[in-house]
Amino acid sequence: MLPALVTADTLISASFVDYAILAIYFMFVLGIGWMVKSNVSDSADFFLSGRSLPAWVTGLAFISANLGAVEIMGMSATGAQIGLPTTHYFWIGAIPAMLFLGVVMMPFYYGSKVRSVPEFMLRRFGKEAHLVNAVSFALAQLLIAGVNLYLLGSIVHALLGLPMWLTLIVAAAIVLSYITLGGLSAAIYNEVLQFFVIVASLLPLTLIGLHRLGGWSGLEAKLKPQVVDGSVTTTVEEQLHSWPGQALSGFDNSFWSVIGITFGLGFVLSFGYWTTNFVEVQRAMASESITAARKTPIIGAFPKMFVPFLTIVPGMIAAVLVSEIAELKAGGAPAGGSSGEGVTYNDSMLLLMRDVLPNGLLGLAITGLLAAFMAGMAANISAFNTVFTYDLYGDYLAKGRSDSHYLQVGRLATVAATVIAIFTASIAGSFSNVMDYLQTLFGFFNAPLFATFILGMFWKRMTPTAGWVGLVMGTVSAVTLWAGSKFGDWFTLPGQGLAFAAASTAFVVDIVLSVVVSLMTKPKPDSELVGLVYSETPKEMRTDPEEASMAWYRRPVPLAGVALAMTIVLNTIF
Amino acid sequence: MAGHSAGAMDVRNVIGSLLLVYGVILTIMGLFGDKELDKTGNINANLIAGIALLVVGGIFTAWARLKPIVIPDDYVPDPDARPHH
Repeated sequence: MLPALVTADTLISASFVDYAILAIYFMFVLGIGWMVKSNVSDSADFFLSGRSLPAWVTGLAFISANLGAVEIMGMSATGAQIGLPTTHYFWIGAIPAMLFLGVVMMPFYYGSKVRSVPEFMLRRFGKEAHLVNAVSFALAQLLIAGVNLYLLGSIVHALLGLPMWLTLIVAAAIVLSYITLGGLSAAIYNEVLQFFVIVASLLPLTLIGLHRLGGWSGLEAKLKPQVVDGSVTTTVEEQLHSWPGQALSGFDNSFWSVIGITFGLGFVLSFGYWTTNFVEVQRAMASESITAARKTPIIGAFPKMFVPFLTIVPGMIAAVLVSEIAELKAGGAPAGGSSGEGVTYNDSMLLLMRDVLPNGLLGLAITGLLAAFMAGMAANISAFNTVFTYDLYGDYLAKGRSDSHYLQVGRLATVAATVIAIFTASIAGSFSNVMDYLQTLFGFFNAPLFATFILGMFWKRMTPTAGWVGLVMGTVSAVTLWAGSKFGDWFTLPGQGLAFAAASTAFVVDIVLSVVVSLMTKPKPDSELVGLVYSETPKEMRTDPEEASMAWYRRPVPLAGVALAMTIVLNTIF
Repeated sequence: MAGHSAGAMDVRNVIGSLLLVYGVILTIMGLFGDKELDKTGNINANLIAGIALLVVGGIFTAWARLKPIVIPDDYVPDPDARPHH
């Protein structure tokens, strides 16, 4: 591949064996996709075996759909920077929301058969809210696809040493061929496979890293403070305890830090993300009964609890063991890195792999990362494609055309989205920690969506006008606050405090405006709200008659209680 | 009720066989390849990981073999059961 552009020394030196491991994985994934598409195997075998498997499979697919670029690179980057407070993304920022989804929201989704967020908006509020939501959803998918593409590109760059612009094009071509060759047609299979490959490579990475430092106590002893512009921003002590987490929230006062993390991250951002993310909710929808659907996110919560030990801890190890990251953390600016324009915290995981894993395990690790980022970006592109083709183009631009016409438009949308992602990837690359960028995006798009969703679901008086006004003004207020801090010197918050503040503002503005507007406009009649508003949905639509006869550990609510108790224990220990 | 097993399409067989293949590769690398002990802190990481993968892969295939999923011959796939994208 263009040997003239390949520089002599690449960041990671992969051998023949490493590439063989990568090739075997793609043969598996594309082979399954091909078997599904061409019906070589009886399709009943495929779908029935998928549906009659225990809920742990859908549970693993559920968290694996999320165990992509954000989790692996973003969490290790943040872990290298600030250490254990990063665990809040899991123990406060994910588990409670996943349990809430299983216990409260899932019966409602499953019973009312809502299949996507725009669909809920259309049926609950009507055209205006649907249009606003479809546009903002499509935009968010393009921006998030850019993050996945950028991280995918950073691995390709580390392997091949091509210049970044060419790397992005190569990475985009890989994703496009994955989509066209049917890689998405067996998504649940791929996600479960991906989960095992990632664990099989990150677990040895963490254990070998700890072994070289002399165990956990060795890591504690060798950890260094984070220095920015000559002053310490995160002390060693702060890096070793999850609470009060000032390094994460950016608040000086520990009381406000706890409030900021619990409300901003724990409530608005995480409930907004997990309860309205239909890429993941659909994993649960594929299961056989309402109880199995409810158990999917609850079972997923158990492995999710321990993911920090495979992502954040390697980041902390990298900050000690990898000379470039240690130099960066001490306030230096080492050259090189996956972008070729200086080392950033995003490189922590890749550099630790380079320093710790022998060829063989290295190939497994590269495979896990490539698979996760590619599947993540493919999911963004296909979500964009669906919403663009059916919710925007089909509903507003060209109504009532033939199926083949929409299929053609969908193909064009896929290619166009991939090309646009090359540009949004450059935006993502300008942030030294992709996590800051992603949380900002979630604040703009997910926080108002969650506010409108939850209010519309539980308050039947909420009107169609309030639906779209709340969404628009929520996003506008979050963007205004963010721009005011970034460009207007209104105030400054280090860490991810700005993203938390923007998300909280969007949520509050959305709720307040929705209530005010609702009281001034005319609500929909109750008969149109069946299956869409909690109080108007009959109980039979959202309960499972067989649940009462099951053992306690097979029922969603007691299982969720166990998960919650374990999370509290983890919060106390660390 | 008559039926046949899901066989190669059982997700446990898919996971199990991939992990077994990787286990074989890593075990061979651990025995005959460059151990790169300076990177790993004097442990044969490929060998240990390879054996662990063989064990886990073996458990998955054994599980699928001991408790196979039986598909009734009169089963008609429900089009709604397809994962949506």
